[in-house]
Amino acid sequence: MTAPEVAVEAQPQPPVRRAFWRQAFQALLLPVLAIVTALLLSSVFIIISDPEVVALWREITVAPGVALAASWEKLRLAYRAMLEGGLGNPALIWQGFQTWVTTGDATQLVKSLEAIDRTLVYSTPYIFAGLAVALGFRCGLFNIGAEGQLFVGALAATYIGYSIKGLPLVIHLPLALAAGAAAGAVWAAVAGVLKAYTGAHEVVTTIMLNYIAFRLSDFLLTGPMKRSGFNPVSPPVEESAWLPKLAPDPLRFHSGFFLALLAAYFVYWFLWKTTWGFEIRTVGANPDAARYAGISIARNYIIAMALSGALAGLAGTSEILGVNRFMAQAFSSGYGFDSIALALLGKSHPTGVVLASLLWGFLRAGATRMQSAAGIPIDIVQIVQGMVIVFVAAPALVRFIWRVRAVQEEGETIFTRGWGA
Amino acid sequence: MAPVLELRNITKRFPGVVANDGVHLTLEEGEIHALLGENGAGKTTLMNILYGLYHADEGEILVRGQQVDIRSPSDAIALGIGMVHQHFMLVPVMTVTENIILGAEPTRIGPFLDRRNAAKRIRELSRTYGLDVDPDAYVKDLPVGIQQRVEILKLLYRQANILILDEPTAVLTPQEVDEFFEVIRTLVARGNSVIFISHKLKEVMTIADRITVLRRGKVVGTTTPAETTEAELAAMMVGRTVSLTVEKKPAEPGDVVLTVENLHVLDERGEPAVRGVSFDVRAGEILGIAGVQGNGQTELVEAITGLRAPVGGRIRIKEVDVTWSSPRHIFELGTAHIPEDRQRDGLVLSYPVRDNLVLNTYYHPPFAVGFRVQGEVIDRHAVRLVQEFDIRTPSIYTPVSHLSGGNQQKVIVAREFSRPIDLLVASQPTRGLDVGSIEYIHHRLIEKRDQGCAVLLVSSELDEILALSDRIAVMYEGQIMAILPAEEATREQLGLLMAGVRPETVQEEGGRT
Repeated sequence: MTAPEVAVEAQPQPPVRRAFWRQAFQALLLPVLAIVTALLLSSVFIIISDPEVVALWREITVAPGVALAASWEKLRLAYRAMLEGGLGNPALIWQGFQTWVTTGDATQLVKSLEAIDRTLVYSTPYIFAGLAVALGFRCGLFNIGAEGQLFVGALAATYIGYSIKGLPLVIHLPLALAAGAAAGAVWAAVAGVLKAYTGAHEVVTTIMLNYIAFRLSDFLLTGPMKRSGFNPVSPPVEESAWLPKLAPDPLRFHSGFFLALLAAYFVYWFLWKTTWGFEIRTVGANPDAARYAGISIARNYIIAMALSGALAGLAGTSEILGVNRFMAQAFSSGYGFDSIALALLGKSHPTGVVLASLLWGFLRAGATRMQSAAGIPIDIVQIVQGMVIVFVAAPALVRFIWRVRAVQEEGETIFTRGWGA
Repeated sequence: MAPVLELRNITKRFPGVVANDGVHLTLEEGEIHALLGENGAGKTTLMNILYGLYHADEGEILVRGQQVDIRSPSDAIALGIGMVHQHFMLVPVMTVTENIILGAEPTRIGPFLDRRNAAKRIRELSRTYGLDVDPDAYVKDLPVGIQQRVEILKLLYRQANILILDEPTAVLTPQEVDEFFEVIRTLVARGNSVIFISHKLKEVMTIADRITVLRRGKVVGTTTPAETTEAELAAMMVGRTVSLTVEKKPAEPGDVVLTVENLHVLDERGEPAVRGVSFDVRAGEILGIAGVQGNGQTELVEAITGLRAPVGGRIRIKEVDVTWSSPRHIFELGTAHIPEDRQRDGLVLSYPVRDNLVLNTYYHPPFAVGFRVQGEVIDRHAVRLVQEFDIRTPSIYTPVSHLSGGNQQKVIVAREFSRPIDLLVASQPTRGLDVGSIEYIHHRLIEKRDQGCAVLLVSSELDEILALSDRIAVMYEGQIMAILPAEEATREQLGLLMAGVRPETVQEEGGRT
């Protein structure tokens, strides 16, 4: 291979990349509009979820103002509750901060930060799992089995966490994390190997592997890994394997969040700055061209699947080591399945996945508050999430609604290839 | 009498480009009007405006003197405007009749199809126009030339009388082209008018009554075959004089670089595609493989480049046995491959130009140090190649999908020629390209030969084979009919060999020279 000769004359310089902000604006425009549209439409559901308001609407011909005012009040209450539940009340935070500075009493501050704490804690497994699915998409693989890999990862991390005793944190914690990642990787690699050598479609195999993982977890938690007592839960994880907490009780914010951000950076670096990432992206974007270029498709399917599984495994691991500190049968609440939505919303880019995960964490945290403070069923949030996905998956619809012109995207994202591919 | 169709001052802008800039075009009744221009000159945009797929920003369209507003293909069809696309829009598993009535199904009593009547009308139509088509045949069983007739019948069935034919000859063999021209002449003889889109000068000179040349969205001029020459048309298209013949010195063959011995390869379906092929290619010569498409050339090239495992025989590159080698091993031995389907195999369309320029060298120093990709080196490499190979792209970060076909091919050529190579396998290197790009690619191939590279050229364009090759092998049904020195080969002789005829006069040299 020849080295590009350094010309003696003026070497032409590569043109400056498109302005960062313009790129960011274009990348964010449609997802943001999708979210706004989804929220607007969800408002209708919020209104009709309240029988009293609906009753007022029946009288619309008699007293139109009353119905409108009641609806507006309902929405104001609902979204305010959501914001306070997901981000907290800025006035209270400021007050708490002042009290802490002046008197040294942090109770009020801590209390006011509970909302944002919830959002960040919920986001952590979302980031890991979202990255897992996004990485699969980049290789043209639809890893629908993140949930199963998450369970297997959690099981391995839990086992290492409680069975080994007396290790220092610097050894025990990395060991538990590695075990979680490795278990997820192995679990997903099974699907990768099947795809690479037999052509079995990964959607089918990962779904099946999910069931095996769930039942395996049931079996282990009711048998070999069950702690003494009545409940089918594992023994508690040793403190030396905990992801260090970064905030005082009752806040739960732990270092897993930063680990997730680190993982996002790693995925970015891996995909765009290494030859391995180049191969994975090429296989995902055009397997024929990859073959032409001498890239082994089979090898990359296995590598991508294993890495995807490792990230999903870490999603489970961070929940166990950072929040629960033991494993129960239904500890996950579908992070692995939501992660498909996150990868879509984040356009399979690590930054996008992180932003999408924060949004999902916020919606989840806000939903609880919406129910308690505004009496709105928690399911409304699932409607919001569902509609965000619909609008993200149908960009033409959003463009039509908001009259946004199609811009030719640079470097289109390929989510996944068809079933037979 | 008013012309059948008149386009006045049509302007269409896309972000960053004016695809049509004040275009005027008139089509008289019974006329064959050729629209000539390079890829990206705005021919297709103009026709899409006429067919209602785009809406012009400015200008007006008059059909038989009446100003019209065409907002969708159904508006166009209602006005008698029909279009045959370059890629056929047929359902292979349906019969000819079913395909023709699709979207305009005639019914008897309620929702029941009146297939018999439809078939009768189609038979009548095909008789009137001398289009020999069996209405009950399945489209998948028909050769491409007949499929094209089905497309034309589809338009006639819908009573179109302004027919737009987009690059209709691109998929046809030379004999089929002649038959197709007869069909067009019959069409206009019966009062239809035809807009014939092409970039092939010979065809335009043969068939057209008038020729309008587009360049960069503007009309350069309108002329007739009697008033102009091919060279003049080429100059109008490209904007400068182009040489239509390739100048080259006699070859100076060196050592044997590629040896193929008794090669057998199966196709996708497991049928024998290459059946006992032997030849060799020496350094500094171009061996052209002629033949109608689908006679095993694709599989032969795939076997040589490691993309398809042969079932028998031997392939050696520079005395290294590569019969079972991986594509990468073969690349590493100094083989370059310009693939037949550039968009499927040769490029990742969603990748920027810079990444496509290192598609198969990304892992090599200096583009990567260890496993770390060296972005700046790749950028500099791309800037250099874009300049050296005159790739027209807004930036090295533009996805190649935004480039014209000619520039996409230049990306591949630049990538393959920018590393030291001893063997070049070029498969249909100029297919679908415009005059300017063809000229460019041809010069580059000759240049590579003169640098001492062994070149295997596979092309179904006989002109290209004759212009470039030093020796010509003709492939027919997976076998090599003969290998002839280029100066002794004639078109007629090659044509017969391509059709599988072994006349006495054609002496078979055997596999090796």
